[in-house]
Amino acid sequence: MSLASAPALARLEGVHKSFGSRPALRGVDLAVEAGTAVALLGGNGAGKTTSISLLLGLLRPDRGQALLSGRPASDRRARQEVGVMLQATGLPDMLRVRELLELTRRYYPAPRSVADCVALAGLEDILHRRYGQLSGGQQRRVQFALAICGRPRLLFLDEPTTGLDIEARRSLWQAIGEMVGDGCGVLLTTHYLEEAEALANRVVVLQDGAVVACGGTEELRSRVARARVGCLTALAAADIAAWPGVQAVAADGARLDITVDAPEAIVARLLSADPTLSGLEVRRAGLAEAFLDLTQHKEAA
Amino acid sequence: MNTIVPQARQWPIYLAEAHCELLRVLRTPAFLVPSLVFPLLSFLMFGVLLGHGQASRYLLASYTVFGAMAPGLFGFGVGLALDRERGLLTLKRALPAPPAAWLLARVAMAMLVAGTIAALLLALAWLFGKVALVPTQVIVLLALGMFAAVPFCAIGLLIGSVMPASGAPAVVNLLYLVMAVLSGLWMPLSMLPPVFSTLAPVWPAWHLGQLAQQAVGLPAHGAAWVHVAVVLAIAALCLWLAQRRLRRD
Repeated sequence: MSLASAPALARLEGVHKSFGSRPALRGVDLAVEAGTAVALLGGNGAGKTTSISLLLGLLRPDRGQALLSGRPASDRRARQEVGVMLQATGLPDMLRVRELLELTRRYYPAPRSVADCVALAGLEDILHRRYGQLSGGQQRRVQFALAICGRPRLLFLDEPTTGLDIEARRSLWQAIGEMVGDGCGVLLTTHYLEEAEALANRVVVLQDGAVVACGGTEELRSRVARARVGCLTALAAADIAAWPGVQAVAADGARLDITVDAPEAIVARLLSADPTLSGLEVRRAGLAEAFLDLTQHKEAA
Repeated sequence: MNTIVPQARQWPIYLAEAHCELLRVLRTPAFLVPSLVFPLLSFLMFGVLLGHGQASRYLLASYTVFGAMAPGLFGFGVGLALDRERGLLTLKRALPAPPAAWLLARVAMAMLVAGTIAALLLALAWLFGKVALVPTQVIVLLALGMFAAVPFCAIGLLIGSVMPASGAPAVVNLLYLVMAVLSGLWMPLSMLPPVFSTLAPVWPAWHLGQLAQQAVGLPAHGAAWVHVAVVLAIAALCLWLAQRRLRRD
């Protein structure tokens, strides 16, 4: 078998899954390749956690396939190459961090050394403390250490930084980035779009159990060809709203926030109409706008 | 071509799991101390201070079974309900851990605690109760104490897999005390209205109690193999129901 056709580390193929009569996933396709991070975005109940549960073998698809390196995800051997950080995990309070790490390492055939895990997850100060005595952020770091201790080729991170402060979030992002740099595939769910922007090469947007958009973060952003122009001006918001190419205008005192299709023409027109204009700012639509646009568009349809 | 995924060696996982479970038990005095103290103190009170001769012998046997109830019922019933709610069970299933490892580790710890209680009861009986047992009786009673933990683990597993963590302690406590009394572990059933003697065979603790009486050379109902078979059947049923329930989570 050639390398090019090597199976993806994780793949959902036309997966349908219902809980009772309620469909959770309706024909979802998804693939995670080595050295890439895929962010799974979507509101509550969009099917993010169901997708991850299927790939972890916790659930079985009603139709379609959930595969890890070409094997069914329910095969325990396939999970030897997988590290996982779930959303809510109460590890045993009475065990010390080192003991948890030693235990979890044993599940894997070629685990990282404890020292490596400690360095990657930043556990230097808490290695000998009991899990129950740690802060929420420290517990999350321990969970990350357990996820990477088996030297996984594939990492599942279900909302890894929920509840973390900015500093802790950034250091976790850095560690995840290092894993991807080392060739690890990452499937990540998150509520924070900035997190997806910071970490992911690809984004898959789920809504009501179906993929409504997928692609590179850049590609997805550019699909929503919008920009926002902010400025302080004497011009009336209502006049600008009538200009061609202007989508919307929001006024906050003298400051206007103008959503446009292409910013160049609008900026030129603004400057010629009001030479006293100041505080000009042009921002490309972020993933947040793209995400809103995609999901709202779908809802309206 | 499928890549061959190397397997982690399995037996160190079982050992590590048991080691962690042991640490967990030792560091949870709120579980360990009452489990040990309750049967030991009761035996000192009723079997040594207030009871003599045959009564001491009877209570040594029945408290050995009573001592085996708490580790399994509470460890699994309350512990599992808590672990399930906190997502630990889901994580264990998502990890490449052998699914039976934590279960066996927990059963082993329950057996160890039950065995410790049996040993301490035997020591008290020998030192203060003047209960004379031949070595084979001591060995059989110790082994029975450890075996008795198994069905209670299975019953606890079923409770823990069905009940929420907030409700499990109440159910376990109720079952623990009611079953102990109605199985004749606290006093001979002949001291209760006859209906309780008729109903007794529904309780696994009664069957274990009869085995314990036989072990210390007291008269008991029924053949030993029947008691063992009934207890194992109840354990198997609970285990089957529990794993069905857990798989749905």
